[in-house]
Amino acid sequence: MLQELGDGEGELNLVIWAGYAEDGSAFPEFDWVTPFEEETGCIVNAQTQADSATGVRMLQSGEFDGGSFSGNATDRLMAAGDVAPVNVELLENYDNVFEGLKLQPHNSLDGVPYGVPHGRGPNLLMWNTDEVDDQTTWDGLWENAADYEGQLSVFDSPDFIADAALHIMASDDDMGITNPYQLTQEQFDAAIALLEDQFSHNPQFWDGSTFTDQITAFAAGDITIGTTWQYQVNSLVAEEAPVEAIKPAEGATGWSDTWMIASDAAHPNCMYMWMDHMMSAEANGQATVYFGEAPTSQQACDYAETIAAGHCEQTHATDEAYWEDIWYWSTAREDCADDDADTTCVDYDAWVEAWTTLRGS
Amino acid sequence: MATEAPSLASRAAPSRARRLAAWFHARPRVQLGVLLAAPLAWFVLVYLGSLVVLLLNAFWTSDPFTGRVNPFDWSLAAFEQILGNEVYRTITVRTVGMAMLVTVTDALLAFPIAYYMARVASPRTRRLLVIVVLMPLWASYLVKIFAWRTVFLGNGFLSWILAPLGISGPGTDEISNSWIVFSYLWLPYMILPIFAGLERVPDSLVEASGDLGARAGTTFRRVILPLVFPSVVAGSIFTFSLTLGDYIVPSLVSDAKFIGNVIYDNSALGNFPLAAAYSMVPIVIMVVYLTVARRLGAFESL
Repeated sequence: MLQELGDGEGELNLVIWAGYAEDGSAFPEFDWVTPFEEETGCIVNAQTQADSATGVRMLQSGEFDGGSFSGNATDRLMAAGDVAPVNVELLENYDNVFEGLKLQPHNSLDGVPYGVPHGRGPNLLMWNTDEVDDQTTWDGLWENAADYEGQLSVFDSPDFIADAALHIMASDDDMGITNPYQLTQEQFDAAIALLEDQFSHNPQFWDGSTFTDQITAFAAGDITIGTTWQYQVNSLVAEEAPVEAIKPAEGATGWSDTWMIASDAAHPNCMYMWMDHMMSAEANGQATVYFGEAPTSQQACDYAETIAAGHCEQTHATDEAYWEDIWYWSTAREDCADDDADTTCVDYDAWVEAWTTLRGS
Repeated sequence: MATEAPSLASRAAPSRARRLAAWFHARPRVQLGVLLAAPLAWFVLVYLGSLVVLLLNAFWTSDPFTGRVNPFDWSLAAFEQILGNEVYRTITVRTVGMAMLVTVTDALLAFPIAYYMARVASPRTRRLLVIVVLMPLWASYLVKIFAWRTVFLGNGFLSWILAPLGISGPGTDEISNSWIVFSYLWLPYMILPIFAGLERVPDSLVEASGDLGARAGTTFRRVILPLVFPSVVAGSIFTFSLTLGDYIVPSLVSDAKFIGNVIYDNSALGNFPLAAAYSMVPIVIMVVYLTVARRLGAFESL
């Protein structure tokens, strides 16, 4: 753990979710990289991850100083020792962060912080308002998938199995699902059966590197209904496409992202400066408005209001009740991630293989 | 004495080099060894070495939670998984089928072009056509794929042209897109060997065939085609193997999964042994393919 902050090393290599390190090249008004580079002399190189597992593999390559990771990457990285604990004493802006976001299972281990919060949000249900009536549940993607043959859009990752499990959790009490990420074989098979049915209606796919395709396809009317992020919703609303998005009644999968430092980071001082920067009112405000997620501090909220009025209310930044039925991404584990030795769950390798089978058949 | 030293030194230098040259001249094997040491070391250590490490991974295990490989923890689990799940066979068949389809498509497209270039066009036109055929190779492979994406996209070029007919573009999820883009990308690699093969067919043979009463069609079928066939096989090595190993085209213009996608997905998603084990499938297919191609005389036509 870093005890003292030194001078920047001149360079910083990051694994990011798309849109988490904007330098003004997409939209001049969204730029929190250039001020950082000018202030610290750390030149930022960022590469996007398509999904969490890809992000894990990227960080494990040893070429990165750290990155922004969701809970289903942070748990694996902490367990493997690929990321280091963070000395939050060195980070001025950490004090401002909402207490509810600190020392959570996805960003700490045994009470030691392993990173700093970036923002959080749910995976949403979006539909074309010209084609379908208002939706309140996820049924459109599952029971009613046949109505949208070839017009569905779903997240292309094994992690999407949890979305099926979440729907079963809400609609079928007999299955006994209590956590959509930790499934017994029987529960897992039920989720896969639900997905097989959905896949028989030819869904289209998007992920963290092809989400712009989803925007294009929605705008062109090629997609009627699908899962999405607030980012795509905002882009489509900005071009006046007839779409609406909600967190349906069953709740949703989602993410609470964390900036973490690699245990073998070549530029640790730059990484600490970046983590501090990303908790600052300006950077966190801009970044969370840009992506459409909840800021991590009141200061960031106040700044966000100046560029997008009502942002913190819309993203429910301080409304804890809203987050109660959002299941942050986490990794399937054989031990069900609990202390109960009697139950075993389907591990992530089996999720990957099931996904290959679904996608490859 | 003082003036002698430099002249001695200047005479000694070339003589040392000459002595070295003489020493090597007497030992041609050592000479060859020194000459080939660097490229051989590169080939064995960097190329074969990394391949061996990759293939060793297939026999190791990995932690399903952290995704870390456990080296020297020997297991055949990855192979059992591949043999036990039908999807890997389906994907192999799909990939080989696509590689064959692309190869046949390219052969059919390339032959008339190559024939015209080699046997009909004037030297000036021929030079121009060679440049035209090579031109796409000057652009980056990725740029070409992204260009095709803009053609296929829901609001892309095809949709725009077809709009008056009430038809929309295929979008970026059709497997047929992969067929079109592969055939486009590898076409020059098929044209050039066939062109070279056709150029080597002696005019005298064609004339002799005509003199003996063969019609143009018969000459083509019984003289030109057998002589050029090894060149077609040579070209097919490129179109077949490049399609077999590619994962970028299918992931960018379609939703279909090919062998390369499964290898990429599994290495990215953390099951490295499975990715390594599955990568043996295309290696075996290519070994068989190259053996057959050699029998057909393709290597002499390259």
